[in-house]
Amino acid sequence: MDLLNAIVALLNFVVIPATAYGAQLALGALGVTLIYGILRFSNFAHGDTMALGTGFVILFTWWLQSMGLSFGPLPTAFLALPLGIALTAAVVLLTDRSVYRFYRKQKAAPVILVIVSMGVMFVMNGVTRFVIGVDEIRFADGAKFLINANDFKAATGLAEGLAFKASQAQTIVTAVAVVALLFWFLNKTRTGKSMRAYSDNEDLALLSGISPERVVAVTWIIASGLAVIAGTLYGLDKSFKAFNYFQLLLPIFASAIVGGLGSPLGAIAGGFLIAFSEVGFTYAWKKVATYVLPESLAPDGLAQLLSTDYKFAVSFAILIVVLLFKPTGLFKGKSV
Amino acid sequence: MSNTGNPYQDDRGNKDRSITNSGGGTMTLPGTSGRATPAPGGPFLAAEMMTGGYGPVDILHDCTLTVEKGEIAVIVGPNGAGKSTAMKAVFGMLNLRGGHVKLDGEDITLLSPQDRVAKGMGFVPQVNNVFPSMSVEENLEMGAFLRRDDFRATMEQVYDLFPILKDKRRQAAGELSGGQRQQVAVGRALMTQPKLLMLDEPTAGVSPIVMDELFDRIIEVARTGISILMVEQNARQALEIADKGYVLVQGANRYTDTGEALLANPEVRRTFLGG
Ligand SMILES: Nc1ncnc2c1ncn2[C@@H]1O[C@H](COP(=O)(O)OP(=O)(O)OP(=O)(O)O)[C@@H](O)[C@H]1O
Ligand SMILES: [Mg+2]
Repeated sequence: MDLLNAIVALLNFVVIPATAYGAQLALGALGVTLIYGILRFSNFAHGDTMALGTGFVILFTWWLQSMGLSFGPLPTAFLALPLGIALTAAVVLLTDRSVYRFYRKQKAAPVILVIVSMGVMFVMNGVTRFVIGVDEIRFADGAKFLINANDFKAATGLAEGLAFKASQAQTIVTAVAVVALLFWFLNKTRTGKSMRAYSDNEDLALLSGISPERVVAVTWIIASGLAVIAGTLYGLDKSFKAFNYFQLLLPIFASAIVGGLGSPLGAIAGGFLIAFSEVGFTYAWKKVATYVLPESLAPDGLAQLLSTDYKFAVSFAILIVVLLFKPTGLFKGKSV
Repeated sequence: MSNTGNPYQDDRGNKDRSITNSGGGTMTLPGTSGRATPAPGGPFLAAEMMTGGYGPVDILHDCTLTVEKGEIAVIVGPNGAGKSTAMKAVFGMLNLRGGHVKLDGEDITLLSPQDRVAKGMGFVPQVNNVFPSMSVEENLEMGAFLRRDDFRATMEQVYDLFPILKDKRRQAAGELSGGQRQQVAVGRALMTQPKLLMLDEPTAGVSPIVMDELFDRIIEVARTGISILMVEQNARQALEIADKGYVLVQGANRYTDTGEALLANPEVRRTFLGG
């Protein structure tokens, strides 16, 4: 019984939240890795693209709700998602036209594009605050739980409850669907293959008749889509606050680099690795330990390795350890 | 990259691969693509009096290359003579200050490389001529990128030409041997069904046996009516199969004759063929 309780507690506090968080990081890291692979620079504005896009989704959600529309047990935000993605992609494409394209035409060194993306980041940062404000916003509606802790206790008679939030299930299902779609697109479609070709060898892609501007535009659209989906799922799961998205940039980059920059598979693996370590290191293991260990060995303290305030430090510790032993990341990306 | 004089291209010694992915495109293309104008008569390909280079300094000086239909033309010359540069000029990857390029009765001097592909030119560069992380089959597909019709028959022809590629078609091109990679590169260019195939040192780093084989394949390709313009370091073998040969020195034509005549020319033999 104690062992069962321990497993339930572990699922409830570590496995499920970390899986959902990992899926969100993975989606974010996929966008970063795509831009790195194809446009050849680290896009520091990605976190704020997520924030801006989620802001749009929230506005559309409110608009739909004001018209009395809802999506049944699913959050209305899912209905607003396509609109949010379209608007964000438009903003990002406009940014590309007015900012990045100039540098691309100059054949600017990628490091200059990195700095440019920081400028874009600050502008987007401000725009997001104008559009949606700085406050914390909860916009999840529809069903709250797939499995409710109290119901679970009543049904199983266990002391520990297991809660499986609807937002967590939605995150995981959406992430799997999006990743499958993305891989299908990159590996099977003509446009997807042309993007990989451009990433591999720009000159030869040109000689094969692949239009660089088209590849760049499609990359931005896909990256925007991934950013908005990741941001919306994160917002539904926790809450929306522009500043938190800016901070998310750190674990997202850590995921992309740990997995191997430029490798989509690596971004996913990296996302889950970072999420599980973050949650694992900051979780108070006392409860699980008390169930599993004999009484004499039970910990006195919380058995928490790090306070949650240090969760970002975990990403970087992992980053350093992985890069020490595998400089190209887990999945043979570019060596760093 | 910092020697171009363009401040945007100076990355101040940045070595951090976590923020930038180097190895982007190097081609500086003219901003807009002009139109092809009719220019009837003359050889199938006539690149005449080409003058130009990468920057302010001219590399090519009144360089002329012509190829007739179904003919094999070979360019030989010392390292740094401007052979690759001449190929790039023919393909529109260089801003020419003088001269013109005519293909099949049209003046294409103002066309971008992409538009030249559509006009029936295929180019295999000297280096970086495959997509390394993509499979052999995907490399061939990318060669056919501009084609909207069914290109499976062409792919079968390429596989017939280079049977080894069929066995390796699921393998990443970057994991192939040098010789196999050259075959992928030639195959990729053939996928557009070009009327003119341009090869820059197709046998670089290839063993003598594979080299002979590759030359045989090139003759086969020429027999199907495709014109071939080829740069070769293995000058003797290449001139043996050439209908026409060009000896390029310092960006200018030094000798132009049939392959046979060049091989027989004692001066060419002494200076460029090593005896
Ligand atoms: N991308 C470039 N930018 C500036 N100068 C270049 C560039 N590529 C070649 N050059 C210069 O142009 C000249 C001719 O080079 P090119 O590559 O055409 O020689 P090549 O005849 O093909 O030699 P090789 O037999 O070694 O391939 C050289 O002096 C070289 O330094
Ligand atoms: Mg050369």
